[in-house]
Amino acid sequence: MAEIRLACNIVSQVEAICDKYNNDPGELINILHEAQSLQGYIPEEMQRVIASKLDIPASRVYGVVTFYTFFTMNPKGRHPISVCMGTACYVRGAEKILDELKRRLGIDVGETTPDGKFSLDCLRCVGACGLAPVIMIGEKVYGRLQAADIKNILDELE
Amino acid sequence: MEENKINLTIDRHSLSVPEGTTILEAAKLVGIDIPTLCHIDLKGTCVKNAPASCRVCVVEVQGRRNLAPACSTKCTEGMVVKTSTLRVMNARKIVTELLLSDHPNECLTCPKSGDCELQNLALRFNIREMPFNGGELSLRKRETTASIVRNMDKCIFCRRCESVCNEVQTVGALGAIRRGFNTTIAPAFDKMMTESECTYCGQCVAVCPVGALTERDHTNKLLEDLSDPDKTVIVQTAPAVRAALGEEFGMAPGTIVTGKMVTALRELGFDYVFDTDFAADLTIMEEGSEIMERLENHLHGDKSMKLPILTSCCPAWVNFFEHYFPDMLDIPSTARSPQQMFGSIAKTYWAEKMGIPREKLVVVSIMPCLAKKYECDRPEFKTNGNPDVDYSLSTREIARLIKRSNINLANLPDSEFDMPLGASTGAGVIFGASGGVMEAALRSVYELHTGKKLDKIEFESVRGTEGLRKATVDIDGFPLKVGIAHGLGNARKLLNEIRAGHSDYHVIEIMACPGGCIGGGGQPIHHGDSSILKARTEAIYREDCGKERRKSHENPYIVKLYEEYLGKPLSEKAHALLHTHYFNKQI
Repeated sequence: MAEIRLACNIVSQVEAICDKYNNDPGELINILHEAQSLQGYIPEEMQRVIASKLDIPASRVYGVVTFYTFFTMNPKGRHPISVCMGTACYVRGAEKILDELKRRLGIDVGETTPDGKFSLDCLRCVGACGLAPVIMIGEKVYGRLQAADIKNILDELE
Repeated sequence: MEENKINLTIDRHSLSVPEGTTILEAAKLVGIDIPTLCHIDLKGTCVKNAPASCRVCVVEVQGRRNLAPACSTKCTEGMVVKTSTLRVMNARKIVTELLLSDHPNECLTCPKSGDCELQNLALRFNIREMPFNGGELSLRKRETTASIVRNMDKCIFCRRCESVCNEVQTVGALGAIRRGFNTTIAPAFDKMMTESECTYCGQCVAVCPVGALTERDHTNKLLEDLSDPDKTVIVQTAPAVRAALGEEFGMAPGTIVTGKMVTALRELGFDYVFDTDFAADLTIMEEGSEIMERLENHLHGDKSMKLPILTSCCPAWVNFFEHYFPDMLDIPSTARSPQQMFGSIAKTYWAEKMGIPREKLVVVSIMPCLAKKYECDRPEFKTNGNPDVDYSLSTREIARLIKRSNINLANLPDSEFDMPLGASTGAGVIFGASGGVMEAALRSVYELHTGKKLDKIEFESVRGTEGLRKATVDIDGFPLKVGIAHGLGNARKLLNEIRAGHSDYHVIEIMACPGGCIGGGGQPIHHGDSSILKARTEAIYREDCGKERRKSHENPYIVKLYEEYLGKPLSEKAHALLHTHYFNKQI
């Protein structure tokens, strides 16, 4: 058996999620949603636990995880940043905001800074088009941004 | 009956078919060959892939606005189908051109060239230029394992390999990952096949319509060894090869080419041409004795002797239980496969007799199988790094080499295997078909155990094509319960029963490939035609009937081998040379 590096309590929580859905392979996507909410990502070991509970190949779990952009295998930072690339934000300069974030954090989309503080992702529309361009950090929405605002926003976060 | 019949018209033909028949199947009945690409349905086995994703099989159905995929559209009453209108032909051509727009133009050097279904379609649809180009898929992997070569640039996403690996074999090594231009077929976490549960059964290779999955080629290595005057190069040929090799030379499926194959191998320059069937007879002596030993001890109350006992001739099956049933490693027989028994005896008994030093002796095997290549590489089958069997070529590879050496197999005279390792019985031959190992074992176990002669040596009850078969065989009053599975998905069902304690079998034969070795991953490509597998199986049993001796224990050279060298079955020496142990490979 491959070494499971997940904390024991996480493994039992993942198993409990699978049990809640009767270990039904048809519920894989719902299970992955809940599993991702535990730590913000779904590492390989977690996928193997799910595969074994549902009695399906790990390759199928991995296939679903990599098909949907919502699922991620990379740990999120303490402050997960999402840049809206929806139409309204895009035409009002979201790309410049994104470039500035990449430059300041030194990471690409889908990555996390080495100190674990920030992670960077894109999403499509948070329903705040009136505030375009918009980013979200954690649950908080920042609107009407310009690239020059980014430095202050990042500096204020612990 | 009549009310379930459906009447329809396909092109100029009016016909009636049973309810549930697809347009593709109906067309075949009246001799119309609608082209397909992703679709495969190997009738009589569980090999099936019908995602209707390639759209090469589209046809026009009167009253329907869009074109219908023939492979997945069921016939309905009064349906009028046109399979070759201009609209249909253009659609098929464009679909194929789109597939080609992202396919490497490497036909000249592709190992699948000449046997590629995409290439055949391009030819058939008269495609003379590539009108589309643009975005290309990225992030594709290439990998060479001991058995299988994966070149995902050539993949056309028919998903046949995925169906076979997951649904038929239940191995789950391959699946589609990512999406859009980044999609590929890969093991979990995009790892290498060598880091996955892959058993190297090669069924993915057997169904791949293009050159994305092919076998590891050893033909050049063999040519070099054959031309090295310092080396003695000997060959063993598996039973299923002689029942299929002729197909590569235009002969009808089911043509037995044993004698011609031996002549061809001699012409290629092998110093001695031997037969894996000899080692199959040896396997029966060892495995048969083990069956009797375990059965007798178990029935006399020794519960450390586990039942059922499972055969262990199939290396893909061995990989499968090492990965998925590591808690049951003490159940299979410890007997090595015939390929490895042959290598072991050739490099000890025979080499000593001939005075050939181990390092100058090259043992090559010709196998219907790709897992055999991996098996040669297993460290426990090496002495000081020197493998018992140096390497294994598939039926397809040896056919290529024979052609390359300007030999036309069809025109060759027959000749006989060399002795002593070319001597075999009919029992050795039937190893190539599902149920064959069981039947061969029963012939010997019965006679050796009871001391009586069998009136009828055919055990019809263990033959057949069902994926899972069960029979009770009377061994002089004792009802021996036997099970037979081919296809790893069927094997898994039996293993789960045993694990749950619900199994009352005494002996079980398992072969990884549908049909047994005759349907192996190294055989000529069947392109979904199950009549080919049937013909090969019949050929195997015909060959058995024509043999002078048909019971392993009556092979005079096997008797001699025990007298001169091994002592008796399961002796210390036999254990050292002919048995093995298994490893926990769970991921």
